[in-house]
Amino acid sequence: MERFDAIVVGAGPAGSSAALTLARKGFSTLLVERGRSPGVKGMFGGRIYSWALHDLLPDWAKDCPVERFVVRENLAFLTEDASLAISYDSPKLGQGRASSFTALRAKFDAWLAKKAQEAGAMLVTGIRVDDLWREDGRVRGVLVAPKDRVGADLVVIAEGATSILTRAAGLKRDLEPREVSVGVKETIELPVETIQERFGLGEKEGAAFVFAGQASLGLRGGGFLYTNQSSISLGLVVSSEDLSRKKIEIQEVQNRFRLHPAVQRWIRGGKVVEYSAHLVPELGAGMMPRLWGEGVLVAGDAAGFLINNGYTFRGVDLAIASGVAAAEAAEAARAAGGMSAANLAGYEKFLRARNVLTDLERFRRAPLYMKNERLFDVYPRLLMEIAERLYTVDGSGKPRLADIILEEATSADVPKLKMLLDLLQGARSM
Amino acid sequence: MSVLVSGMRPMRIIVCIKQVPKAQELQVDPVTQTLKRVGVPSEINPPDANALEIALTLKDRHAAEVVVLSMGPTSFDESLERAIAMGADRSVLLTDRILGGSDTVPTAYALSETIQKIGGYDLILTGEETTDASTGHVGPGIAGHLALPQITYVSEVQIVDGTVRARRTAEDGTEWWQTKMPSLCTVNFGCNKPRSPTLTGKIRVKRGGVIAHWSCADVGIDPKKVGLFNSPTIVAKVDTIRLPPRAGRMFSGDARESVRALLDALIRDRVIVP
Ligand SMILES: Cc1cc2nc3c(=O)[nH]c(=O)nc-3n(C[C@H](O)[C@H](O)[C@H](O)COP(=O)(O)OP(=O)(O)OC[C@H]3O[C@@H](n4cnc5c(N)ncnc54)[C@H](O)[C@@H]3O)c2cc1C
Ligand SMILES: Cc1cc2nc3c(=O)[nH]c(=O)nc-3n(C[C@H](O)[C@H](O)[C@H](O)COP(=O)(O)OP(=O)(O)OC[C@H]3O[C@@H](n4cnc5c(N)ncnc54)[C@H](O)[C@@H]3O)c2cc1C
Repeated sequence: MERFDAIVVGAGPAGSSAALTLARKGFSTLLVERGRSPGVKGMFGGRIYSWALHDLLPDWAKDCPVERFVVRENLAFLTEDASLAISYDSPKLGQGRASSFTALRAKFDAWLAKKAQEAGAMLVTGIRVDDLWREDGRVRGVLVAPKDRVGADLVVIAEGATSILTRAAGLKRDLEPREVSVGVKETIELPVETIQERFGLGEKEGAAFVFAGQASLGLRGGGFLYTNQSSISLGLVVSSEDLSRKKIEIQEVQNRFRLHPAVQRWIRGGKVVEYSAHLVPELGAGMMPRLWGEGVLVAGDAAGFLINNGYTFRGVDLAIASGVAAAEAAEAARAAGGMSAANLAGYEKFLRARNVLTDLERFRRAPLYMKNERLFDVYPRLLMEIAERLYTVDGSGKPRLADIILEEATSADVPKLKMLLDLLQGARSM
Repeated sequence: MSVLVSGMRPMRIIVCIKQVPKAQELQVDPVTQTLKRVGVPSEINPPDANALEIALTLKDRHAAEVVVLSMGPTSFDESLERAIAMGADRSVLLTDRILGGSDTVPTAYALSETIQKIGGYDLILTGEETTDASTGHVGPGIAGHLALPQITYVSEVQIVDGTVRARRTAEDGTEWWQTKMPSLCTVNFGCNKPRSPTLTGKIRVKRGGVIAHWSCADVGIDPKKVGLFNSPTIVAKVDTIRLPPRAGRMFSGDARESVRALLDALIRDRVIVP
């Protein structure tokens, strides 16, 4: 039987980072990916906050397949046909550790997996791990078929949001609809020049958009748009509980979102070349699975390491940092005599040191706050009505700004006290 | 149960495989009128994958050793690696520039020399024919060179009391044949479902050392018997069949009317019956 010191399941950002760091620390490491190559099973594009990469590969920018560095952030509230946008431009965006960039996952994941191979990990693709090999109450390796098992002292589960193995290992119970959102994303091709002219961007510069309100038809969730080199990633993340309650298909929401004038103007003339859908864990730190067991650690989306607080969407950076922390926990456990759960418990400390748990806990209230539907329905409409009255000059006489706001707020169907509480809660969780 | 032959070693099965352009991707170069082979995705010649599956099934049952053999350029490593990942024990690639242009006569000769060099064989399996040249000569050619009994167009092989029993597909049914070992069988396309590569197998490939590259000199192949000039087949002429253009007709305008017009036309042409 083949044996390794460590087996990592899944060559996404979490798995490749774990395998890379384990290999560097002298573990014989196997990285198993079910896709034909890393990234083909993942979502196509998105935005990656770079801080965790800085720690993993200080000279990552040399050959990392970056599409564009984000230099402009936009937040837009939508009603059926209008939009109100805030745009933030600053030379501070896109610099050093605080930079973020857009990337295509097929390229990015393949690049990171190659770094893991260069560090000495063995990558095997086209194989889906069917189950963990468990014996005497501990994980002893992985199983692909009854006779196809490979042994290891440690298995790092980095399988992403579906978390089938994590649940099979008893580290996590079955997901409930309120604990997951559904994400859809389409990639729309446009010529480089069109993107740069339309968005007012330089050669390597990119823009990011978050859409709230009617983007998700008032359901809890929001839309996003990122510029790649010669394409746009456009998508939505919507509460699956709301979708099933309102009996709406996510495709329908995306179709309406795409046709909104505030979205159309950016993607006009583009060609949709890819469409994909994926689960997004919405657990928050309060409902996280057990992160370690006898001979096993969980990292990335499988562990629920995702922050979606309404204006930032972070998964890849936390996946990378948690993969590194998993390898650090393995190193400490090796020094302490083996991969027992007690020795692996140091994982929590390493996650904290890398700010994964700390950030998650800080934003723990965000998913709860996001559970407040008024944020997606009533308030955007309110904002829009205020904007409409502010900017509509028809000679009928105009009240002062403060009066407009007060008038609109009182006419909205939410009591003032509730609104104040929402505001406070929102400020605290963000 | 493990079958021990010729004393104490496990049975050795040699499977001959050829790498061919993927069937769906087969293209004929419009200028040279020959099969395009470069830049086209490849696969193990499908009947050879069926032969390998028979060998691996025998290995599961009898703990046999499975050796895979191919003759061709080093790009054939891809298929040999796949065969190892599926469960074969080791492989040999006979690769040499002087083999270029060989037709079925030198191919059968060179493969049989290599099989002798591997030695200790009890059963040799080949596909019934290839999807890119389809002569079906090579299997029987090897049996001839090695003076082995052969059973062609086989869909199932059993080892019973040290003999080979094989089900042979005949035009009017199936026949069961029995022969002593060593012997050769050519295997029917599609007679089984070749297994997928395993994780263990893929790891073995990654660890390396599973393919031996042999040259003609390594094997002791006579250069005067191989290559283009020693191949009696002459390709006199190749014709490509040009499909007649399809008679397309567009029905457009008002949806209801155009669908009606389309249905009328289909009924008129007796494509559908109202
Ligand atoms: C619509 C959408 C948009 C997003 N946008 C962003 C964004 O802009 N920025 C951001 O930071 N995050 C974003 N995220 C979140 C981000 O995609 C995830 O947080 C991140 O991919 C998690 O990485 P991971 O390595 O844990 O899991 P994944 O990236 O899901 O990787 C898991 C890997 O494991 C493989 N695998 C699974 N099971 C097995 C098995 N049994 N055997 C072998 N291999 C297996 C999979 O094929 C996959 O390659 C988005 C998510 C969605 C759904
Ligand atoms: C009309 C014609 C023109 C040709 N022209 C050329 C040419 O110009 N240049 C050229 O290079 N080739 C040419 N070939 C191809 C070449 O002769 C054959 O591909 C080769 O000799 C094997 O024959 P086959 O593919 O018909 O195998 P078959 O006899 O159909 O194969 C039967 C079995 O033999 C085994 N086998 C066959 N080939 C190999 C191999 N290489 N390694 C291991 N096992 C094998 C496999 O198990 C296979 O299933 C031509 C073939 C024909 C029929």
